[in-house]
Amino acid sequence: MNEIIESVKNLSIGFNSQKGKQISILRNVSTNIKKGETVGIVGESGSGKSTLALAMMGYIKQGLFPLKGECLFKSEDLLKMSSRQLEKIRGRKIAMIPQNAGQALTPNLKIGYQIDEALKLHTDLNKTERDKKISELLNKVRLPSPETMAFRYPHELSGGQQQRVAVAMALAGKPDLLLLDEPTTGLDVTTQAHVLELLRFIAKDTGTSMIYVSHDLGAIAQVSDRIVVMYAGEIVLEGPARKILKEPIHPYTYGLLKSIPKLSLAGLPASMPGSQPQPGSINEGCSFYDRCNLANDNCKKNSPDLEHIKELDTNVRCFNYKELLNQNNNLQTSITKKSNNSEANEVLKLKDVSISYAKQKFFDQLLNKISDQNPTVKDINIDIKKGETIALVGESGSGKSTILKSIAGLLKTKDGQIKFEKDRILSSDLKKRNPNDLRAIQLIFQNPDESLNPNHTVEQILSQPLKLYFNLSGDELKKNIIDLLKKVRLGEFYMSRYPRQLSGGEKQRVAVARAFAAKPDIILCDEVTSALDVSVQAAVLNLLQQLKEDLGTTYVFVSHDLAVVRAISDRVAVLYQGRLCEIGPSQNVYKFPSHPYTEVLLGAVLEPDPDIKPKLVAEDIVEEKPPEKGCSFQGRCPRKIGDICNSEVPPWQIGENGNAIRCHINIEELASLQQ
Amino acid sequence: MLLLILKRIGLGLITLFIVSLITFVGVEVLPGDACTTYLEREAYGSALDACIKRLGLDVPAYERYLDWASNVVRGDFGYSLSGEMPINEVLGPRVKNSLVLASVSILIGIPLAIVLGIITALWRDKLPDIMISTITIFSMTIPEFISATLLILIVAIWLGWLPGIVIIPSDATFYELLSNIILPVVAISMIMTAHMARMVRSSVIQVMASDYVQMAILKGVPYWKMVFRHVLPNALLPAINVVALTIAWLLGGVVVTEVVFNYPGLGRLVIESISNRDLPVVQALAIILASIYVGINLIADLMTLMLNPRLKSLQIRK
Repeated sequence: MNEIIESVKNLSIGFNSQKGKQISILRNVSTNIKKGETVGIVGESGSGKSTLALAMMGYIKQGLFPLKGECLFKSEDLLKMSSRQLEKIRGRKIAMIPQNAGQALTPNLKIGYQIDEALKLHTDLNKTERDKKISELLNKVRLPSPETMAFRYPHELSGGQQQRVAVAMALAGKPDLLLLDEPTTGLDVTTQAHVLELLRFIAKDTGTSMIYVSHDLGAIAQVSDRIVVMYAGEIVLEGPARKILKEPIHPYTYGLLKSIPKLSLAGLPASMPGSQPQPGSINEGCSFYDRCNLANDNCKKNSPDLEHIKELDTNVRCFNYKELLNQNNNLQTSITKKSNNSEANEVLKLKDVSISYAKQKFFDQLLNKISDQNPTVKDINIDIKKGETIALVGESGSGKSTILKSIAGLLKTKDGQIKFEKDRILSSDLKKRNPNDLRAIQLIFQNPDESLNPNHTVEQILSQPLKLYFNLSGDELKKNIIDLLKKVRLGEFYMSRYPRQLSGGEKQRVAVARAFAAKPDIILCDEVTSALDVSVQAAVLNLLQQLKEDLGTTYVFVSHDLAVVRAISDRVAVLYQGRLCEIGPSQNVYKFPSHPYTEVLLGAVLEPDPDIKPKLVAEDIVEEKPPEKGCSFQGRCPRKIGDICNSEVPPWQIGENGNAIRCHINIEELASLQQ
Repeated sequence: MLLLILKRIGLGLITLFIVSLITFVGVEVLPGDACTTYLEREAYGSALDACIKRLGLDVPAYERYLDWASNVVRGDFGYSLSGEMPINEVLGPRVKNSLVLASVSILIGIPLAIVLGIITALWRDKLPDIMISTITIFSMTIPEFISATLLILIVAIWLGWLPGIVIIPSDATFYELLSNIILPVVAISMIMTAHMARMVRSSVIQVMASDYVQMAILKGVPYWKMVFRHVLPNALLPAINVVALTIAWLLGGVVVTEVVFNYPGLGRLVIESISNRDLPVVQALAIILASIYVGINLIADLMTLMLNPRLKSLQIRK
């Protein structure tokens, strides 16, 4: 059992900068993978975790090269092997499950062929045996109808199915070691939980060792025996999973765990200051020095070694870890946020809103109407009070972003009205809205890389709304820009920077500042933190909350992440297939009784705690269209009671806690079922 | 799928209709008519009357358009003034000559371009790439009238290996043509191959950097197998449309090259008929060239649709 399969020794990987300097991405990394063990490698983007994982297959990305050290697989150095030798090991001894299976499957080849290719290369089976093996593998990864699945092209499968195909392909060569590079990132919560469950089962069933690379401590916690934490190209903490997650003794891991929003906690997670240093900008001293609250002069001058602590079976790279040994009980804390005044006026009202993506037929175009009996989004009624944060939650395809777009005027509504301030109807056509209404509703997008013009400086980006809405110029304009930057905690010197010179978190701050430049009443946030690292996410959430408390802005916050929603929102609306399932104050929605869909979602959330396992109650099938009649969740509902669910739209029931649930099951009965 | 093809053909026909209308109206609004333009100073008396009668210019314009259009549909393009014979007889050998020149250039140029593109991409920034890329960029930047002239100077005049200009009648047989077209083919292929090789190169490089190629490597697929199964089908797909445009450009007559080599193809006919003020021929050529472009692009689109599984199933599902 304790046999070591792969061992990395003093590995450094880097590239040559334009100035001819050698810059390391991985610095002096050593670790061992034992037989049958699952090791989680965790770190934020740029920490070198993927580079390490690929090096463990003897693969170095173009432009990089190994500077020193070795990767020993069964005591042979992969980095010194010829490509012939590597072909014999890859797929047969060490197999890879990629991050984005949708892009990692060759688009012009059928699923069956791609699995067959691996079988042909790594086994001696003949054609009929291979065909049998293919459907066996597809069956093992629990894909529906494995016989026909082999004849389909990758794009004909859903994201979760593609990921399963990638798993089947990796298992084809019966590898000793499986490498998983963010295998569930980008999947819906329920799908993610199912894929993880499958991986756990396979690890147990086949006894394969696994290296699980992820930024998501929640996913890592579910599968790993041991965890390696990477920061700025170094291992900073390594040890048994439970110890690392419950009693982290490195200040970075500690901060990281604290910055993850948790389902069980209302209020905002604590954020870590600063961001990870760029490769090449690391000088002497500890690489975490700038962000550490335990740091002293010694940390500035000397960089700590990875120290082995025998009694904890842990390696740690910190001079002051002892200070953390005794204060780990307060991981479960959060910053309480001021809640809004419930007496406040309504500022935005969605009344019977339906939105359709169906193409207009010719005659309908002439009559300017949409005749779609089964629109993508239907019967949305939400009243939003001033100063409130309302969250729209759901998986992809739930219509949450669609609703946001139509509030912004980017998408025409089919039916219903959007009312702004004292029952004034806002046109669903952007061109017909008056400039003041346009100013009052601002959007912040998911990905600041795409929403900020790369050819504009921060000053230009922020001056546009100020010029457009307030006709500012000269010194006054400049003063306002500096004020805005101050509000989002960026210094004056950022004005002359271009987006590419900013980190992800800084970019999103600029995007936030741009939205606030218009002095809006309502800000629509579309997955604003999902492209950010966890520690940065916490900082942005805190910033948004602070701005709201200072300025009284109303947020409509769209997210797929239930824990993030729990942290920031006052009220939550749960959507499935464009229909509302449940709406209510957030502390109540996260309590039972709840709509069966909310129950499924809550069960699938991965917490960074090995003791909280996800509950998988519904299948992770993907529905392409909402059902024509009956309850929107009928297809997947684990608590379906019968024909009534298929034929009648369920009524709204208001629970004691004030959350409204749309279900045929009596609310008291739901409460006792969900005990 | 069938519906889609019919739709595309329909759109092509509409395009051609519009082209025919524009050329007809264009000729119509020119001062004078086909006869006065052609006859110039002799446009009076019996010569003019005979010409008008022959071309049927004495009826209203819309009637003439309908007449002309219905004849074109039946494959009759009218009467050439300068050749003093039906346009079909003028066109026939020219189309054949252009076809010969184009198909020889295509047969040599396209495979060469693909091979060079792949080599430069796979050995990116190494010696083969640097050498081939330098040559392709060089031959891309030299205009064809210069490269053609240089070819004549070096191969025909200094070395005396091949005839410098094509001095065969336009109705020469295929074999007579072959020995004469080597230089024109080289001149055309240089530019065409260079352009296409550059495109194939960037396309292959892009696919080589994709996740699925990295995945194939990590799956243990041997290098050349990976190149042929995972890279090339996906890299060459976008090249189809460019190849189609090139073919259309070739069939439409490579005007400059044909003039430099005195090659009796469609391209030279365009120049000749314009300088002869032979408006009926110009009109006929416009519609023929438009049909070639529309037809070849249609074929290319359908091929892309057939070969790309993503688009194929998208259409079937609809």
